[in-house]
Amino acid sequence: MIRFDEVTKVYRGTARPALNGVSLEILSGEFVFLVGASGSGKSTFLRLVLKEERPSTGAIHVLGQDLGRISSRKVPYFRRNLGVVFQDFRLLPNKTVFDNVAFTLQVIGKSKGFIHEAVPDALQTVGLDGKAQRFPHELSGGEQQRVAIARAVVNKPAIMLADEPTGNLDPETSAGIMALLERINANGTTVIMATHDAGIVDRLQRRVIEVIGGRIVRDERGGGYKTQATPVVSQGFGMAAPAAPASTGDHR
Amino acid sequence: MRLGLVMSEVGQGLRRNLSMVISVVLVTFISLTFVGAAILLQMQITQMKSYWFDRAQVAVYMCTEFSTVGGCDQQAATPDQVALVEAQLEGETLAPFIDTFYFETQEQAFANFQEQFAGDAVADLITPELLPEAFWVNLIDPTQSAILADALGGLAGVESIVDQRSYLDQIFDILNASSLTAIGIAALMLVAAALLIATTIRLSAFSRRREIGIMRLVGASNRFIQTPFIIEGVVAALIGSVLAGLAVVGIVEFFVQGYLAQTLPLTSFVGLSDALLVVPILLGAGALLAALSANVAITRYLRV
Ligand SMILES: Nc1ncnc2c1ncn2[C@@H]1O[C@H](COP(=O)(O)OP(=O)(O)OP(=O)(O)O)[C@@H](O)[C@H]1O
Ligand SMILES: [Mg+2]
Repeated sequence: MIRFDEVTKVYRGTARPALNGVSLEILSGEFVFLVGASGSGKSTFLRLVLKEERPSTGAIHVLGQDLGRISSRKVPYFRRNLGVVFQDFRLLPNKTVFDNVAFTLQVIGKSKGFIHEAVPDALQTVGLDGKAQRFPHELSGGEQQRVAIARAVVNKPAIMLADEPTGNLDPETSAGIMALLERINANGTTVIMATHDAGIVDRLQRRVIEVIGGRIVRDERGGGYKTQATPVVSQGFGMAAPAAPASTGDHR
Repeated sequence: MRLGLVMSEVGQGLRRNLSMVISVVLVTFISLTFVGAAILLQMQITQMKSYWFDRAQVAVYMCTEFSTVGGCDQQAATPDQVALVEAQLEGETLAPFIDTFYFETQEQAFANFQEQFAGDAVADLITPELLPEAFWVNLIDPTQSAILADALGGLAGVESIVDQRSYLDQIFDILNASSLTAIGIAALMLVAAALLIATTIRLSAFSRRREIGIMRLVGASNRFIQTPFIIEGVVAALIGSVLAGLAVVGIVEFFVQGYLAQTLPLTSFVGLSDALLVVPILLGAGALLAALSANVAITRYLRV
């Protein structure tokens, strides 16, 4: 589903690589936490998957496509397979909840009929069915993030990338968002989430990839935020079957 | 659905940047008016050239008792000298180059002069003796007046040989210079217009950077993202082009036909049909200019 081969990313004008020789494979249906200190390269990883940045060296395959070989004209069509959520929600303030979600479908040319089916569906998935006509400033942070998630999943993406989606939310609201992401994952969407929230990572017991200074120092199934027992050092891909969403908790 | 979406984006963009859009409209208006004026001036020059050059004659002026130049020595040309020139013009060296010619006496020249300068103070000062007798020659090829100058220039009793085209050339030089000036100003203004359109589009894109960011994120095609901005530039420039077209038509209708043609009734001037020919050129130029510069601007904006 996603494969990195010796990927190094050095941003222009910087000497230290943001990612350094990263190899890994993420399989279909996995739920992966990306953890690490600020500046360790988590967002860079997600941007590379999204082809917002290109790697300095190494190859990236996403959904069977070699990202280095996708022409810039084809990138938009590639991105329609991915849903993205950010810490700061990134909603359009002058559009209603409905229109924010519908916007995604309008700009990729979906029909009106399809939009009127899919948007209420997505809003129901995130538990906002009654608030379609509200504006973002009339919603709480947690509700705004739900709108952003609805926007990310309305086109039924195969992969969902979430960059600190709970970073601005209190623990209780965060728990609600995590339950939502787990549900989306259970429906077959691969979820990759960068986070600093140790509580969430420890509680969910999913695959954890820890990055320090651009290198993978741990890739552990059913792991916590901090290394426990035996750290698995950058062993990358070729791992056992994907951790099915329901079977991860029994690792220890 | 998508067309409606695109057009509503365009409308929003135009309204949000109203002052920039107005400056684009004004700058394209002025620059294209200069372009139109330059084209009309060229049309006018071509028209006048073909009219006048065909009618331009070569004058062989004979001496008067007051002339000191050429083969004259303050003595009027004798009838023998006139006859010699006439013989030359009919002779086998010159005849093949000459279409027609006629002789103008001092009295005829005087009558013409009085007619041409009727009401002018100078008409009262001139007497027939002051005006030279002349042969007026129409050449088959009007550019070959040098042949006459060579053959007749040295003859006794011939004062000078004047090709009327040399007067016309001066007039056309002046007209050409003003047309070139108009083109130069137009070119500078067009550069300004192109840069202004590019800036306006970048500003418009900047004020919609949230939307653009989300569109890129969710996979809107580049063309879909760019089209509203390009249309925005084209609409603004087209408004300017339409104004320029109206201005050009107005200039021809009210200044050229309404004033110049009345003042100088013998000259033929460019008319409304010529102006209407120029209008689509201006509209096309304005739209093309805007589409190109907006396209470059938005493509570069999106690449960063
Ligand atoms: N566009 C950029 N240009 C130059 N350097 C960058 C750019 N983006 C990120 N970096 C650098 O790359 C490194 C990794 O950044 P990245 O954003 O991936 O970290 P992160 O793990 O997401 O951090 P955080 O947890 O604070 O979000 C940092 O040193 C950062 O300064
Ligand atoms: Mg980050």
